[in-house]
Amino acid sequence: MSQSSAKSMTIGESGLAAVFTVTAFLCVIASAKALDAPFAFHAALSAAASIATVFVILNRYFERPAELPPQEINGRPNYNMGPVKFSSVMAMFWGIAGFTVGLLIASQLAWPALNFDLPWTSFGRLRPLHTSAVIFAFGGNVLIATSFYVVQKTCRARLAGELAPWFVVVGYNFFILIAGTGYLLGVTQSKEYAEPEWYADLWLTIVWVTYLLVFLMTVIKRREPHIFVANWFYLAFIVTIAVLHLGNNPALPVSVFGSKSYIAWGGVQDAMFQWWYGHNAVGFFLTAGFLAIMYYFIPKRADRPIYSYRLSIIHFWALIFLYIWAGPHHLHYTALPDWTQTLGMTFSIMLWMPSWGGMINGLMTLSGAWDKLRTDPVLRMLVVSVAFYGMSTFEGPMMSIKVVNSLSHYTDWTIGHVHSGALGWVGFVSFGALYCLVPWLWDRRLYSLKLVNWHFWVATLGIVLYISAMWVSGILQGLMWRAYTSLGFLEYSFIETVEAMHPFYVIRAAGGALFLIGSLIMAYNLWMTVRAGEIEVQSPVALQPAE
Amino acid sequence: MSFWTRHHIFEKNSIVLIAGILVVIAIGGLVEITPLFYLKSTIEVVDGVRPYTPLELAGRNIYVREGCYLCHSQMIRPLRDEVERYGHFSLAAESMYDHPFQWGSKRTGPDLARVGAKYSDDWHVTHLTNPRAIVPQSVMPGYPFLATTEVDLAGAADHLKALRAVGVPYSDDQVANAAADLKAQADPDNAGADAFAKRYRKAVVRNFDARPGTPTEMDALIAYLQMLGTLVDFKIYNEKANLR
Repeated sequence: MSQSSAKSMTIGESGLAAVFTVTAFLCVIASAKALDAPFAFHAALSAAASIATVFVILNRYFERPAELPPQEINGRPNYNMGPVKFSSVMAMFWGIAGFTVGLLIASQLAWPALNFDLPWTSFGRLRPLHTSAVIFAFGGNVLIATSFYVVQKTCRARLAGELAPWFVVVGYNFFILIAGTGYLLGVTQSKEYAEPEWYADLWLTIVWVTYLLVFLMTVIKRREPHIFVANWFYLAFIVTIAVLHLGNNPALPVSVFGSKSYIAWGGVQDAMFQWWYGHNAVGFFLTAGFLAIMYYFIPKRADRPIYSYRLSIIHFWALIFLYIWAGPHHLHYTALPDWTQTLGMTFSIMLWMPSWGGMINGLMTLSGAWDKLRTDPVLRMLVVSVAFYGMSTFEGPMMSIKVVNSLSHYTDWTIGHVHSGALGWVGFVSFGALYCLVPWLWDRRLYSLKLVNWHFWVATLGIVLYISAMWVSGILQGLMWRAYTSLGFLEYSFIETVEAMHPFYVIRAAGGALFLIGSLIMAYNLWMTVRAGEIEVQSPVALQPAE
Repeated sequence: MSFWTRHHIFEKNSIVLIAGILVVIAIGGLVEITPLFYLKSTIEVVDGVRPYTPLELAGRNIYVREGCYLCHSQMIRPLRDEVERYGHFSLAAESMYDHPFQWGSKRTGPDLARVGAKYSDDWHVTHLTNPRAIVPQSVMPGYPFLATTEVDLAGAADHLKALRAVGVPYSDDQVANAAADLKAQADPDNAGADAFAKRYRKAVVRNFDARPGTPTEMDALIAYLQMLGTLVDFKIYNEKANLR
């Protein structure tokens, strides 16, 4: 390594500082010329963030030594865990925020007075806030944190770039802030799970491409000949989300100084693009990404190799090939042509197999270590998440069959199905990963396994209440809509079916409250781990390569 | 060389792995989406469907902004109970000018695809202000603030221009008169009301919120709701010609 004594800015530091200086100016102008208040607010927020970023970059430069951090210290990789820590903390924060908003909107459906008749507290604006906060803010931060951790450990290489990983984690959370405040102010393009308007979408594109590059460059400089299984899934998740985001969001702003835009696609084509995106946000964000977590954290926690390497190859390719086709099952019996619906249904049913391939690989990794479920509540959480994954990936193909869908569509059954996947699978696998990750990152022993146990049982009870209430209300409402009297008239008016939902909405809200309480227990436990946990001496044994 | 050793090329080359992923995920989307743009049978041949008037469009944007689509679908399925409850099943042609589509995915409230002309304007004003004043068991939020917020007149033409750029066939005449038309539709005494009615077939000119002055968001939203599903005359619609 050459010994340069003079300290100079890297291209990244000077380039980013220059770009953000220009951005700050542009945002000030945009804020001044804005046509609507939310746009002015977002432009001002972006200007402030840009100025702060320039300040932080310069300050970081003056504080740092002339030499950049080395790639290796004493022959061992010098891992970059700062961005991982940041994303882990943000995940916990957004998780609690998202679950709280979820509880609020669940309560609004039971007690509508809680809408307060104000624009920014009504169900229609809070619901996207809930879904985005849990999927993209909580889930997204968990995915970024774990992917940056796993890729470094399994490639035995320091994360690529110095500022780039920070740009990804901070930039992503800034996107969440713009998106979330936008919903409250009524800025939305109404495409479910893709509600943010054009300028937020543009920003996310830049952040996401950087994310892909950081991840890919780290994989490229790996010290292992093989790319670890988890990294295939992370790569598929990052690449496909980029494709989906670009395909679903092309829009023309009414003015570059206003928040409103019109999407390029219309009517039936827009519907197909939307659910091609929407279902694969489930398939690649909430499935492929979290399967990557399963493939690293379960073997690691159980101290067992992955059950079958060949199964992981087959189910990886089958899963990503089949998932893309499944979108039309959201549009059964609509004005979408029948051939597209039938294709969507056929592939959705086939999707059952690779999904269970993943479940089998996750569960069977426990062979020879099942006894650990009794003693390790973190492992139990991870394993139960895989069981929920198996359950909802059976329920999904079943609901995609047209006759079943004619009953379940438009009802709470769909909401229940989503939550058995979201709370049971995504939630629990994320909690399990964070319970592993936080002690590893801060070199601490987990503060209390007993509290993990409490979290597990409180949250499980919450999920059971939630999904069984939604099954009953969904099927009940579906049957009431199509009920006929003996004289051949529709038996129930629509409002009678709304009234019948009330008790189940109360039970659902109670389930959500339990799930929220569980996450608060978790936050306390992790806080105490970082603040007061015993120092853990990391064992130097590397993860055994999978065969 | 076995299949498993052949697979090493993906496991050892990140760029090959990414290329493989891209090819595999592209197929499904290409097969399902591309034909929708060129198969003629995708959108039925129907008379009567026209682009939204500036006031209806403003109302539609409020519908989008408030997230109405999260609880109300606009897509009647061809099932016996739905056709009897809501009317003729929805055609693809009826939403061909919708950017974005508003088919929805959940019915916490009833489907709205054919809610137009079903209730009076007065009913809508009362219901939107306080749903439980009319339907005591309703769980819908109230939107009293709509009645006191005025619609932006100045930007009306820009909205039409943007929609025209993404494929909605607005005429030069319609774009040029957007602001005037927006005002005229909510005011039957307006001098431009007749010219407006000529520019948009079957458009209804009424003071929707029954208040004088500049159109409010209440006017706009009700104008939108009152036209939903009213454009196609199903007495003369040729079902056989559009069998798919």
